[in-house]
Amino acid sequence: MSAEPHYTLYHPRWYRHRVSVWWWLKKGSYALFVLRELTSVFVAFVAVVYLWQLRAIGQGPEAYGQFLARMKTPPFLLLNAITFLLVLFHAITWLNLTPAAMVVRLRGKRVPDWAILAGNYAAWLVLSAAVAFVLLRG
Amino acid sequence: MARITPLLWLLFSAGGTVAAFLFPIHLLLTGLAFPLGWLDPPRYDYVQRLVAHPVTRLYLLVLISLPLFHWAHRFRYTLYDGLQLKHLTALIAVLCYGAALVGTAAAAYLLWSIA
Repeated sequence: MSAEPHYTLYHPRWYRHRVSVWWWLKKGSYALFVLRELTSVFVAFVAVVYLWQLRAIGQGPEAYGQFLARMKTPPFLLLNAITFLLVLFHAITWLNLTPAAMVVRLRGKRVPDWAILAGNYAAWLVLSAAVAFVLLRG
Repeated sequence: MARITPLLWLLFSAGGTVAAFLFPIHLLLTGLAFPLGWLDPPRYDYVQRLVAHPVTRLYLLVLISLPLFHWAHRFRYTLYDGLQLKHLTALIAVLCYGAALVGTAAAAYLLWSIA
């Protein structure tokens, strides 16, 4: 298996078709693919907002108040609104892919895609309600 | 690198699932409903007690860390494919996963130091 491929001197270069950096703007489905990949940036933004909030909670009531006030400024409201839409886009595309990624068998029969989807969306609803319940109790 | 690739894919997929299930509601409340006054944000005493609970700390560590690794993995490949930066493979990987590690360490430190 370790036989090295034998290259001749002056081996011609492979023919590789040049693709523009903007290839993903040529077709709607390509653009949607790149948009889906870019949702990860907004996912990271949410994580950073949570880190920031955590630091404020650790520093005391004043810092927590400052965090809440900062969230009310127009730049953050705009950024949060855009981020919410893209995080939602991530969630929907992610959940819709699960039947393809996860093949579940029950008593030798494959669980149909719609059942896996329904389970995922139900779990999403329950988890969201639980988070809202905990945060709105205070 | 090849040896930890399966682990990176696992973190990507776990983080994507955490973000899909939990980020929309967290951001809807913290980023829009509370600042816009649709709903009242939790008072300080309440969040302080909440965060001090071990279960909440574990939850927050998972909530922050895994989605950061999800970002690192997906963004890395977006840079490769979108901007065709194949020659910078190692640098991009170090920066992406490094940032996720730094974020995880920051979350662990903050959660550890909250009384």
